[in-house]
Amino acid sequence: MSGASKIPAIVTEVVEVNSLIKRFRFVREDGGPMPGFSGGSHTVVEMEDDGRRRLNAYSLMSDPADRSGYEISVRRDDGGRGGSMFMHARVKPGMRMQISQPVNLFGLDLRAKKHLMIAGGIGITPFIAQMAQLDGLGGRFELHYAARDRELGAYMNELSARYGERVHRYYDTEGQAIDLPTLLKGQPLGTHLYVCGPKGMINWVLSTAQKQGWPKGALHSEEFLAPPVGEAFQVDLALSGVTVNVGATQSMLEAIEAAGIDAPYLCRGGACGQCECKVREAEGELLHYDHWLSDEQKEARSHIMPCVSRFKGSRLVIEL
Amino acid sequence: MTQTQSDEIMKSRPRYGVLSYRPGSTHFIVADGEGGEAVQSLFAQAPEIATTAHIVYIPGANGTDLSAALETLGAAVFRKAPSYGAARQRIQKVLGDAHMGLQLYAAGTEGLIGQVQRDAVEAGLPHDALQTEQRGSLARRVQCVHCKGITENVTTDPFVCSHCGLNLFVRDHYSRRLAAFQGVCIDAEDPGEVPPAVERFK
Amino acid sequence: MSLDDAFKDPFFRDESFFGKYTYKNSPAAIKRFPFPFPEDDYMYSVNMEPHVSGRPGSVFEHAFDVDEHYVSEMRDRARVLADDPLRCQSLPHMTLAGWDLLELIMESFARDYPQWFELHKDGNKWHWINRPLGIDDKFTFLDESTLPYGPMEYITRQAQGDFTLQDQREDNLWIEAGMVTSQADWSLDFDIGMSFHEWHAPVPLAGKMGVFDRALKFLLQLQHGAPVRRFNWTMTVDPLLDTSPENYHKWGPSKTTLSAENIGQRQHLRVELQTLFRLPRSNAIAFPIRCYLISFEDLVSQPKWARRLHRVIKNLPDELATYKGFIRNRPLMIEYLSQFDDGAPTSPGWWADE
Repeated sequence: MSGASKIPAIVTEVVEVNSLIKRFRFVREDGGPMPGFSGGSHTVVEMEDDGRRRLNAYSLMSDPADRSGYEISVRRDDGGRGGSMFMHARVKPGMRMQISQPVNLFGLDLRAKKHLMIAGGIGITPFIAQMAQLDGLGGRFELHYAARDRELGAYMNELSARYGERVHRYYDTEGQAIDLPTLLKGQPLGTHLYVCGPKGMINWVLSTAQKQGWPKGALHSEEFLAPPVGEAFQVDLALSGVTVNVGATQSMLEAIEAAGIDAPYLCRGGACGQCECKVREAEGELLHYDHWLSDEQKEARSHIMPCVSRFKGSRLVIEL
Repeated sequence: MTQTQSDEIMKSRPRYGVLSYRPGSTHFIVADGEGGEAVQSLFAQAPEIATTAHIVYIPGANGTDLSAALETLGAAVFRKAPSYGAARQRIQKVLGDAHMGLQLYAAGTEGLIGQVQRDAVEAGLPHDALQTEQRGSLARRVQCVHCKGITENVTTDPFVCSHCGLNLFVRDHYSRRLAAFQGVCIDAEDPGEVPPAVERFK
Repeated sequence: MSLDDAFKDPFFRDESFFGKYTYKNSPAAIKRFPFPFPEDDYMYSVNMEPHVSGRPGSVFEHAFDVDEHYVSEMRDRARVLADDPLRCQSLPHMTLAGWDLLELIMESFARDYPQWFELHKDGNKWHWINRPLGIDDKFTFLDESTLPYGPMEYITRQAQGDFTLQDQREDNLWIEAGMVTSQADWSLDFDIGMSFHEWHAPVPLAGKMGVFDRALKFLLQLQHGAPVRRFNWTMTVDPLLDTSPENYHKWGPSKTTLSAENIGQRQHLRVELQTLFRLPRSNAIAFPIRCYLISFEDLVSQPKWARRLHRVIKNLPDELATYKGFIRNRPLMIEYLSQFDDGAPTSPGWWADE
């Protein structure tokens, strides 16, 4: 359950961007315009995978001013639970899919005197929409984009062609790396920093900025967690009076939904807080994978985020 | 809104801390009156701050002047100014030229802190980037909600607006943007029935 | 804007919200008045529900209610703005949210009231027709230079109710733009720039009850396409829309002139229908605050409302009566309303009994 109505959509284009990434374009089934959106937003794509319903969040990368359709890019994760595999293998032009209204957990601070963006790999996608939006608004921005090699640096050339010297490119295999301390030192007062990419990169950027005296209010990051795979376990839903079996490659939230229980969610990636549940009993170990709960909450074993977190033990009872 | 509310439920009331050293490229410190003592503590805590510190100090309206002591702290730049108004252009210039990594500190009266915060936010810093410490006089800057004029150093409640002359009570409702509390006519419903002024903000 | 031809459509009343106070609800408007008390007592609560299309003819029928007071209210807004331009302000980064609001209102009006409003789009070249106010403008969407005012001011000079726009950042909402001329005693000029808890600071009791913590958490998750609504209410002597703190020293004395003889005509229940919309391009939240006024005399024509209002006013905590500014006249109100309360039970919900 996510409050707003879903958007019935048709896949109109599937483009192989490189050996790991495919781009998908959705238009509305009824031919009407998509809602406008803000750069940094994501949509949740529903997949019907042979009777198993998967819901994955992907950043919108199309121009927010273009209401004719939405575009996302999906990086294939061969070791993952199968959502990206489904998108790569099964989704073809002409297919009907449900997508959610856009939700933004990585918004631009429009007060910024300058927007400094740092992207790693597939983390580029929200920035593509943000740059298009800022370009239209006359905002000042600069992108530093790192990828493993030229082949995997999706959209590098297009972005350079569109934004010229505002785009800085780095390829790991060519020994290029962002000189972060120097970059951060030269930014004018009022600059906001945005980072999206692998966890290690996000931690490096945020900790370097904090060490150099950047205030928290000027730092923004987004990391979508794919729900991790793990061991199967059981969870009792106290309010619904139902016991749910969670499979090894299934998230607790997906298992709850499959049992017909309407649970709240927004991002499905441990970031937004919407699915937070109280833990009533836990005989065993709560495996927290989210960015939402505070350390105190985790230590108190009082709450859990069913979208990404798991359990290992004999008995778990949550308030749902 | 015919009565003053008690402090505890007023969430817009600013909360102040204690200045503490944070790493940064440069350290810009603005203080008035007894706020100078907070600056001395800051330097005692982290003497290495001096080489990249810029202090602007304004002696208090109550006569407190710690400029001699502050000058001996060895800050890279020390400037004594007669009032915030006189120092403001300099403060705006320093902020406008600064880079991310600048650490900003304000200590002293609520009016001084509020004005530094307002100018910092205008320069693009998030409001939480400023460290504050309240010292000295609790006098308030109050904006008359009726004529919009700001009366400085208000110590009593109610008081007379220095611009339009209405009798105002001081609401504990604070605007960061204006760096001022709100003053509202106390005898609107019963003109002339003004309770005696009490010294509330010494 | 030409208001001279505005009253050609006899649906719109020609009336004033100041001076002689010729404002009045027609019998149809009384019937559809949004009486805000679903029960016989009242306490703060988050009380938000989805803002979905409701009963035909009710104020919930459309996303934005345009009623018989529309033209006169817009004339009153223009009067207040001429007197005090600070009632409409937008911090520079909120212009995009202003465009979002303009789009939301124009699309809603044109869809829900095609007899009065038309919107034609050719890419970003838009053509807007507002027949009741005699407006016919062509402009470029997202280009401020093609409108006579900023986008928020332009559209809210044509839409009833106050509006604020909240930017979302640092897990908080910041009130950073607004058009506020029919407010229940709060100042946009003072509050602009504040965070959610800061601008609610003066409200008694609710903070301690955790109402604002819960409301903020709820609103941060508000989704595009899923607006919500709630009611608020207070009391106003005479149908004065502009009960601003700025002018409190001018309207405050009217509270002292209420008597048992005139309370029925002069005391008004003031109801705010508050709605909240997530805006698409800016990710800001629009907060329209629509004010409805009804005199006690008209209100007691519905026996259920008369009984219930009497009970609510009688049992309200003093802090709330003080905050809402009617503690002084509460005994007079109770005395007047008690004549219409025979102690009979009331039916559940807001709606008047048929």
